[in-house]
Amino acid sequence: MNAWDRFAATFLDTDVMARYLPDIAAGFATTVWLALLVVLAGLALGLALALLRSLRFRPLSALIVLHVDLFRALPPLVVIVLLYFAMPNAGWSPSGFVATWLALTLVLSAFAEEIFWGGILSVPKGQWEAARSTGLGFLATLTWVVLPQAIRVTIPPLTNRTIAITKGTALGSVVAVSEILASAQTAVSFSFNPSPLTLGAAAYVVLFFPVVLFGRWVETRFAWKR
Amino acid sequence: MQREPPVLSIRGLRKSFGATEVLRGIDLDVRPRELVFVIGPSGSGKSTLLRCCNRLEEPSDGSILFDGTDIRAPGTDINAVRRRIGMVFQSFNLYPHMTALGNVTLALRQVLKKPRREADEIAAAALARVGLADKQGAYPGELSGGQQQRVAIARALALEPKAVLFDEPTSALDPELVGSVLQVMRDLREAGMTMVVVSHEMGFARAAADRVVFMDQGEIVEEGPPAAIFGAPQHARTRAFVDQIVRH
Repeated sequence: MNAWDRFAATFLDTDVMARYLPDIAAGFATTVWLALLVVLAGLALGLALALLRSLRFRPLSALIVLHVDLFRALPPLVVIVLLYFAMPNAGWSPSGFVATWLALTLVLSAFAEEIFWGGILSVPKGQWEAARSTGLGFLATLTWVVLPQAIRVTIPPLTNRTIAITKGTALGSVVAVSEILASAQTAVSFSFNPSPLTLGAAAYVVLFFPVVLFGRWVETRFAWKR
Repeated sequence: MQREPPVLSIRGLRKSFGATEVLRGIDLDVRPRELVFVIGPSGSGKSTLLRCCNRLEEPSDGSILFDGTDIRAPGTDINAVRRRIGMVFQSFNLYPHMTALGNVTLALRQVLKKPRREADEIAAAALARVGLADKQGAYPGELSGGQQQRVAIARALALEPKAVLFDEPTSALDPELVGSVLQVMRDLREAGMTMVVVSHEMGFARAAADRVVFMDQGEIVEEGPPAAIFGAPQHARTRAFVDQIVRH
């Protein structure tokens, strides 16, 4: 048995792969679902926080900055474990899925808030003044003039951050969420063969490659002529 | 004409930024259809005066009556006042993500709540008025500085303001593009628009202004017809400033 055959037998055992494909596929669906919920909730919460911060009401801004700094500082895994193992003592027992979703959402919202806020600040003061001088109110100016410009500059960093955080769904395997990694690991321990991990890796590529491409498309789509 | 009430009436206007007092008691009346030119050295408070008139800067003290409305009164809807005072900025401040037409229609649709078709018609007419009928679909980045500033003027005009404030409208333009903007301002004056202009275009002031106001260190030093201010200034500070710019 040469090196390649050994490698193939260990990581590319088609029999094992075929047997556990349905499990990995189920894990794939869980990952997609979890990632989607995290991205939607995380970006929405991040945007909402950035908008609240744009009111420049000091006590509120201070709370938002605290939230942002806290969840940027904590490793996502720590947040997941805290929610899953500590919250039951406070009378709330989230499932592994909910704990992972909430933790990743909070972390994404923190990064997204900073990115959106940076985008809002990047819009020149003159844009606000021009809009306000025509009688547009604060909200209308934000909606029609500032946000469309802010969002454009936020798309590249947001895409990166979104990809990073959705890969964090693999952390859910620690608290018994049977997403891609957890189902692959389970399959490995049942089959005594690591080939399901290869399948898992392939599943991540299938999932994230389109996301990366979508990010590129959005970046060009939202560019405007200067 | 003299008996018509002023469009803009400023009394005892003061503005401080921290410990620095930028406006130190300004009294100024602008009558209907008048073109008032504000000149003075940089840092004299000209732009701040203009920006207080629609409360882009919050005055520290004094009163400003615009078209009979006390714009500093607690119950005043400042957005309602602002849509009747046009403002044109040194740096144009066009919205880069919208076409020329979109720049002009935004306030028509969002503030005056005009339906799309009507807003488009008004905007098209405003763009035609500044000589840009063929640039409706162009984005600001595709226009020259002079064209951008004319779109900005159209954006202000579309709301049918009672007065337009010009804050150094040609200072950011290449010399060969200044003429097109001044021409639009000349046309506006012909049409009877009330205008307050902060600018260094002294030739234009001489030719088109009804009244020139000279400001220095946050005060109005002297005001009068252009011929008097430029030909026979009364105050030493005015004389020094006029000498400097004429020699220049």
